[in-house]
Amino acid sequence: MAGKYFGAALKRREDPRMLRGEAQFTADLTLPGMLHMAILRSPHGHARIKAIDTNAAAAMPGVVRVVTAADLDGKMNPMPCVWIPGGVVSHFPSHPMGIPGAGPVLATDRVRFIGDAVAAVVARTRAQAEDALEAIRVDYEVLPAVVNAEEAVKKGAPQLHDEVPGNLNALWTCGNREAADRAIAAAEVVITQTVHNQRMINSPIEPRAALGHYDPATGGYTLWATSQNHHNHRLLLALYILKIPFNKLRLIAPEVGGSFGTKGYVYPDMPLVLFLAKELGQPVKWVDTRTGLMRSTVQGRDQIQYVTLAGTRDGKITALRCTSYANLGAYPSTIGPGVCTAMMGRSITSVYDIENAFCEVYAAFANTVPLGANRGSGRAEAIFLVERLIDRYARAIGMDRVEVRRKNLITPDKFPFDNRMGWLYDSGHYAAALGRVVEMVDYANLEARKAEARQRGKRLGVGIACYVAVCGVGPSPRMSKEGMLGGTWESANVRVHPTGEVSLTVGSKPHGQAHETTFAQILAEELEIDPGLIEVLHSDTKGVPFGQGSYGSRSLSVAGPAIQAAARKALDKARKAAAHLLQAAEEDLVYQGGVFSVRGAPQRSKTLQEVSLALWYAWDLPQGMEPCLDVTSYVDPPDFNFPFGAHAAVVEVDEKTGQVELVRYVAVNDVGNVANPMVIDGQIHGGITHGVGQVLLEAAVYDGDGHLLTDNLRNYALPRASHLPSFELERTVTPTPHNALGAKGAGEVGAIPPAAAIANAVCDALADLGVEHIDMPITAEKVWRAIHDAQAARPAS
Amino acid sequence: MNISLNINGHARAADVEPRVLLVDFLRETLGLTGTKIGCDTGQCGTCTVWLDGRSVKSCTMLAVQADGAEVTTIEGLSQDGQLHALQEGFWEMHGVQCGFCTPGMVMALTDLLRHNAHPSERAIRDWLEGNLCRCTGYHNIVRAVQYAAEKLQRSVGP
Repeated sequence: MAGKYFGAALKRREDPRMLRGEAQFTADLTLPGMLHMAILRSPHGHARIKAIDTNAAAAMPGVVRVVTAADLDGKMNPMPCVWIPGGVVSHFPSHPMGIPGAGPVLATDRVRFIGDAVAAVVARTRAQAEDALEAIRVDYEVLPAVVNAEEAVKKGAPQLHDEVPGNLNALWTCGNREAADRAIAAAEVVITQTVHNQRMINSPIEPRAALGHYDPATGGYTLWATSQNHHNHRLLLALYILKIPFNKLRLIAPEVGGSFGTKGYVYPDMPLVLFLAKELGQPVKWVDTRTGLMRSTVQGRDQIQYVTLAGTRDGKITALRCTSYANLGAYPSTIGPGVCTAMMGRSITSVYDIENAFCEVYAAFANTVPLGANRGSGRAEAIFLVERLIDRYARAIGMDRVEVRRKNLITPDKFPFDNRMGWLYDSGHYAAALGRVVEMVDYANLEARKAEARQRGKRLGVGIACYVAVCGVGPSPRMSKEGMLGGTWESANVRVHPTGEVSLTVGSKPHGQAHETTFAQILAEELEIDPGLIEVLHSDTKGVPFGQGSYGSRSLSVAGPAIQAAARKALDKARKAAAHLLQAAEEDLVYQGGVFSVRGAPQRSKTLQEVSLALWYAWDLPQGMEPCLDVTSYVDPPDFNFPFGAHAAVVEVDEKTGQVELVRYVAVNDVGNVANPMVIDGQIHGGITHGVGQVLLEAAVYDGDGHLLTDNLRNYALPRASHLPSFELERTVTPTPHNALGAKGAGEVGAIPPAAAIANAVCDALADLGVEHIDMPITAEKVWRAIHDAQAARPAS
Repeated sequence: MNISLNINGHARAADVEPRVLLVDFLRETLGLTGTKIGCDTGQCGTCTVWLDGRSVKSCTMLAVQADGAEVTTIEGLSQDGQLHALQEGFWEMHGVQCGFCTPGMVMALTDLLRHNAHPSERAIRDWLEGNLCRCTGYHNIVRAVQYAAEKLQRSVGP
């Protein structure tokens, strides 16, 4: 489906203000009389708080107030967790409202992770507030810590929460355990592999910030915050934490500088700035530091997976089984438990028709930062394990890695496909994507390329990874079965002004994905008017329909259909009104380019603007028609949608140093119909880079006491331009039947297969040495050791 | 301490605490919030400005060190409302997503183009050692520089 505007690579309307430095991010905002807040965080991974003395801090220059948990008692609830893994017994810290608790806003008697908030200082300047932090005396009794999920559920591990025996939040399962066990026991070939999918720090370049304001005249609060989920945040804060009327809290998310999952969660600063703004009668602003962010915003991935793949000697996979220990961190984050269970477990069979599969996840608490979504969450962890195991399987049976994949792909005639783990894939043509990427990367000439590289002292390797990813979160009834305590619909309001401009309000929250541009394209296509007439409003809860936000690759495929639905309702009404005004039958009207005209008598016409004006005047409306052209649609998607693709990576490994260079990266992706191909490509580039970061560079490292050793950008390595090649992208188009746009989710897909593709490439480069697997991040040291160990294991020649 | 400097073509004077970073002076005292703060250790490059003709990270300088200097921030880059060729390149090539790294990127890369009118892809990527982006994967940022280099060449003539 490509039209005049939908499918066009229009330049973004967001860019000029961002390029000129005029775009307003939360930290850029000031209000008259504004005070500054700083948060004291725990220096320990696990400790009892014996006493807190804030007297010295309160007396420091410029300090207006110092608060601890004692000051919030009875005034503020703990933060909530709103995802209870579905269908299994679970244990959570408590919350007075009978939902899971995600930890107190300020620590009461214990700190449980390195970033746990202990106290807040408000002062006239930020520097004064930070200076005062150092004067707060906290008497800690350090407790033993556990930082590994598998260790955390063992007998004798330090216990984090009285309500959670053995630190086990839930043992979640999906698939058929007995069938998988039977098939493995009977198989000709069985491959086992332990995978450490390491903890990642999402690292958006913009740190978090919050600015709270209270107006005593109206009793209304306003929160400006780095949020990707402003409507949701409003509910979580008003209902569960502050106990204030929902309609008295306005949430505004200014420009948000990247999120990748982090900024959808509730953090202590959010209720604190609101509470303190009311207490102090002045606005209160808080801006995080990079280290503060790294110690407190949700971290991602972190699963220890024991995987078994079984199959025939001629390449047919018969079973896939995974036992995973997932580290939820010290508290369940707002939706942490769902990320490491359903999103991962149901996805492990990927694009393959595997008859017997089973996954169990031990979701455990440990003394680390809470776990949350990190671009491609759950799905990336699933794809990594299956793609690595397939490569190992192929080598074990002496069959080509691409051939093994081809042999096991779900064929195009099998859709909708029940993957036996709980997903129903909507549409797909997996062989086409795989075939194309194999061509693009010149897989057939691999041996020649390897020989050529060897002449330069390099070991060349090519790795392939296919994927399919659950996106378009999600149908609300289904999400509730998975355990989400929330609705996951989306809204759009289309208002055609009597002067012809159109305002489109959506509930989603752009944080780099160009919604202002692409949503205008969708609406322009429906209304057949110039996108320049359409303004796209978002990110402010005042006076707009209810909404959700952006996460789980949903904006195009859930908000998009809401826009389309509202547009069609609006046109439907306009058509009826136009027919009445033109004294013609509706069937005799033609609508084109924003104009209704009578078939055969084009001089009898009304523009959309004229109709809107007539509806405003309301002098002569059809019987029963309400004035004005203002339509809202709420859309709950009928099901998830499943974008897919295949990626290939070419690496060169330096034998002497172990250094891995990513030489080429080729990606074929299918996200259904595309609103703006330039924007989609940009999302894929960013996603690929996220995956490269995990496989080659990044890892959140804790010591045994819960100290985060990687807490600034000097010791946590983010991908830089010099680490990367330019990417080669192509697209196939297999629309989804679940919405009239035919569009699938796209924002996360780039991040889902790259770690597997690159890990497979490195192992391919070292295969003849007998290296089977290297855990991420695949650093030069690890490669050097693998080469060294493999050579040492060989008999001397 | 009293300092005076030229910011975006305007002479400014102020009394600042010695410990104030140049980036905080620009953002908080002068209200020029286009320059950003993204990290605490001088890695991310979102604070990049021009100082006396060179791109520098304004988080690694004290405001008092800029006494007497000529500073240009992102707000001062476009002349008479006209976008610089590089800003235009970012727009044409979709080099902007969330926009947070953009001012620093633009200030750093305009400096590259002053040193090297025909930078290779390798040269561009190496120049970007000091600027982090988490959204774009740098792919289109490279294209933006190539676009600008070509445009600037064309305006110079053969």
